[in-house]
Amino acid sequence: MSVVLTIMGYGFREAVRRRVFAVVVLLTAAFLVLFWLATHYVFTRLSTITPPAGVDVNARVFAGAFLLGLAMFATLFLGVVLAVFLTLGVVSGDAERGLLQPLVVRPVGRATLLLSRFLGAAVVSVVYVLAVYGIAVAIIDVSGHWTPPSKLAPGLELAGGVVIVIALSILGSVFLSSTANGIAVFMLFGAGLTAGLLGTIGHALNSPTIEHASKVAAWALPFEALYQDGLRLISRNASGLTGFLLQLGPFGGAYVHGWGIRVWAVGYLCAALVLAVFAFRRRDL
Amino acid sequence: MPPALAVHALEKRYGSVRALRGVDLAVEEGELVGLLGPNGAGKSTLVKIAVGLVRATRGRAEVAGARAGSRAARAELGYLAELFRFPGWYTADEVLALHQRLMHSDGGAAERGRLLERVALDDARDRRVDGMSKGMQQRLGIAQALVGSPRVLVLDEPTSALDPAGRRIVRVLLEELRDRGVSVLLNSHLLSEIELVCDRVTILRAGEVVAAGSPAELSRPRGVELETDEGTRTIEGALREDAPQLVAEAVAAGRHVYGVRVLTSTLEDTYLEAVGDEVS
Repeated sequence: MSVVLTIMGYGFREAVRRRVFAVVVLLTAAFLVLFWLATHYVFTRLSTITPPAGVDVNARVFAGAFLLGLAMFATLFLGVVLAVFLTLGVVSGDAERGLLQPLVVRPVGRATLLLSRFLGAAVVSVVYVLAVYGIAVAIIDVSGHWTPPSKLAPGLELAGGVVIVIALSILGSVFLSSTANGIAVFMLFGAGLTAGLLGTIGHALNSPTIEHASKVAAWALPFEALYQDGLRLISRNASGLTGFLLQLGPFGGAYVHGWGIRVWAVGYLCAALVLAVFAFRRRDL
Repeated sequence: MPPALAVHALEKRYGSVRALRGVDLAVEEGELVGLLGPNGAGKSTLVKIAVGLVRATRGRAEVAGARAGSRAARAELGYLAELFRFPGWYTADEVLALHQRLMHSDGGAAERGRLLERVALDDARDRRVDGMSKGMQQRLGIAQALVGSPRVLVLDEPTSALDPAGRRIVRVLLEELRDRGVSVLLNSHLLSEIELVCDRVTILRAGEVVAAGSPAELSRPRGVELETDEGTRTIEGALREDAPQLVAEAVAAGRHVYGVRVLTSTLEDTYLEAVGDEVS
């Protein structure tokens, strides 16, 4: 256990030294300030929003869920930035720089080394994601007196999505250089988000083909499915036209959701880690 | 008792390139073995297989009887890589403390102080790595390899960045380690260094052992040189035992003998003969 903590601490110090945290904290602070301003003004002017006669839209629920969806998107993005920069060079990058060899020859075991680095990045990222998500929920609650029907679960799913990205980044680092791995993981992340938006468009256009493509992408990249499921959870009490409009928006419904995708995500995470350990054990350094 | 380090019929392929072609090598307890060869001879590959960084294609490598790369083998091993780096934000003391934890060493501050002193870095205990010269980092690398008092030490070009004083520190350290029974495999381009400290030398060329033995065994007689009032002449093929007879004959022939020298090939001669004209 002490070896695991030692390696986690090693990764943590590296991140501090490389100013990864400084950049992320700065970006996060800027985002939260802007988000607070936006939330404040949206809810201040809520009473001025008058839907057409006969249209039943709960403006407070709509604004709250929409803004929280936006915050979740930003949190996921910033969490992924943090996760990728913590892990993109764990194997190839550190081996190229000669940092890895002195550690690997110690009686620690490559699996322990890799999983400790994963654990370190996962702990930091989960704490980060939950903190930012919690602050966003608090801002909306204070400014608009609205809270999502499920408060914790969407945050946990968001954090789970980031943990999957960490596993993919560590797996990629066994095969790819730091730069190539960073590009690959961000492109995967972008592909997942695009597929999610595609699903929303497919829903609006009533196109089963596009929705099917989005579902396939969500199963292939379950971090996106977890994010979508989180969005679904924050708006699940919105009914009628309010719920429909939220579904149409970019921060709306989930086309793959529930326990099936959650269990799949856990299996996916384990498979990515097992594959990473297997490949790392066979890799010449 | 198994050798401290042994490789048998070791082969390594990188695609179509055969880096090692059936190498046998053993480092016995308390023995200091030097590894020589030109660039691309397979020395670093052999060293990396021995410490578990690279997987052999065929054959086997063992450290103290345990499969190279296994936990048991790594627990007996200290290693300095040819290309290595420590995190620049760590101090010398922190680098050693990190490796103590990874090596499960309970030597504490006393061990760290002793190791830094042995590589003449006791004044740089709290200096950060990125504030150290390359030579200092290399000496810190050697101290790191000694954390936990390993039975087997594998050093890949440990003096490449050192000045003559630094090399002397390492040479003295290696001799001390041998006296304490530590086995050392030393990969170096510096023939003089190998000749001075190593008990045995193995020369690799194109992935094969082309010469092996003690420096004395690898040095061959090249004749006897006689300096007389007629000048200096070399008697090819003559041995050390022939020298008195040669002197007596010269004196009997009325020559004044000013000097006699037994000529032997140096390790450099043997090395160049073994590797041909390959550039090292």
